Amino acid sequence: MATENTSLAEGAADAAAHSSGGMPQLDFSTWASQIFWTALALFVLYKILNGSILPKISGALEDRHNAIADDLDKAAELKKQAEDAEAAHAAALASAKADANKIIAETQAEIDAELAAASAEAEAEIAARTAESEARIGEVRATAATNAKAIATDTAQAIIDKLAPGLADKSSIEAAVARALSASGVAK
Amino acid sequence: MAKEAVEGELNIDPMHQFDIKYFFDIDLGIANMGFTNSALFAFIAVAAIVVFLWTAVSGHSLVPSRMQSVAEGIYEFVRNMVRDTAGDEALKYFPYIFTVFIFILACNLIGMIPYSFTVTSHFAVTVFLALSVFISVTVIGFLKHGTHFFSFFWPAQAPPALRPILCIIEVISYLARPISHSIRLGANMMAGHAVLKVIGAFAGASALLVVPSIVGVVGLTALEVLVAVLQAYVFTILTCVYLNDALNLH
Repeated sequence: MATENTSLAEGAADAAAHSSGGMPQLDFSTWASQIFWTALALFVLYKILNGSILPKISGALEDRHNAIADDLDKAAELKKQAEDAEAAHAAALASAKADANKIIAETQAEIDAELAAASAEAEAEIAARTAESEARIGEVRATAATNAKAIATDTAQAIIDKLAPGLADKSSIEAAVARALSASGVAK
Repeated sequence: MAKEAVEGELNIDPMHQFDIKYFFDIDLGIANMGFTNSALFAFIAVAAIVVFLWTAVSGHSLVPSRMQSVAEGIYEFVRNMVRDTAGDEALKYFPYIFTVFIFILACNLIGMIPYSFTVTSHFAVTVFLALSVFISVTVIGFLKHGTHFFSFFWPAQAPPALRPILCIIEVISYLARPISHSIRLGANMMAGHAVLKVIGAFAGASALLVVPSIVGVVGLTALEVLVAVLQAYVFTILTCVYLNDALNLH
């Protein structure tokens, strides 16, 4: 029976309340005790939780949050480094390409210039030699014409001397030779 | 009490489980402050919470253990509830709200163990919890807003003629808060346990009722575990809502 466990002070009241089959919740004689002990339990719990357990949990959560944030930061930094490296690589590649192109262009220009100079020189030499050759040809031709005239004149004089000695007229022979030569195209 | 149950007769006393039993008396004249089964189970709840949370956080690793995950889950759940409902300013009251939540949750769940005692099934406890919230929240409201806190009861957007009437309704509904706040929790716990007792007692009345009774008790127990968690949540979120009203005046 409940009355056995209730205090003597409230014994009679409790017995009345319980024997009527009422709700123990509405037995106000127990309220003071319930409230006191609940408040004490709650106070103790609050002190323990607020004093050490809740800070520990929030510390753990914060540590994890920070660790994750740090890792993300680190990852972002590494990514940035990778991107920088890639950009540097691309820049190096581009400058190398530009250098190579420049060198190619310079070399090309040099070669072109050398080629042009060489061909100009060659042309000049050819022209000079051509001129020289022509001069010599002209000389040879002139000499040949003169020799031919002299030979023809001498020959003609010798023939006339043999055929009709004393008849030979040097100036008329020369004129006749010159006439014959110009007709044959040997001398002008 | 109907102690002399007749064999085979339906004799159910669902309220017996709520009896307050004194282990020893501390008689102060006006009231007996003696240590009761209620007090015992309140401290069992406190001990269970402390042991659980202490074990959970003592490892304190970056990658949490299972228990640490549960403890952190409860912590973040309550913290988010406070912040989402009452704003960042309310976070300074978070430790107390967390304490109340986990205390009610532990009392409710420990009450589900057969032959234990449900501390929160007593209105003395729930009224105390609700009144402490009500008084604290009202004091916080006045400390923050001064007499401007009264504007909480004055519906400035309503038509002028209706304002006095609405003001009275607002005041009444404000004063009714601790009543609904406490009865909701206490009555839920009490009714659930009483129904369990009644259904369970059917098994003793007739052999035919044994199987349906057991099935019913198993189903209801599952439901009651849900109610135990849900009512702890409801009590806590209402606390946050009241705190939000005091801090932000709608």
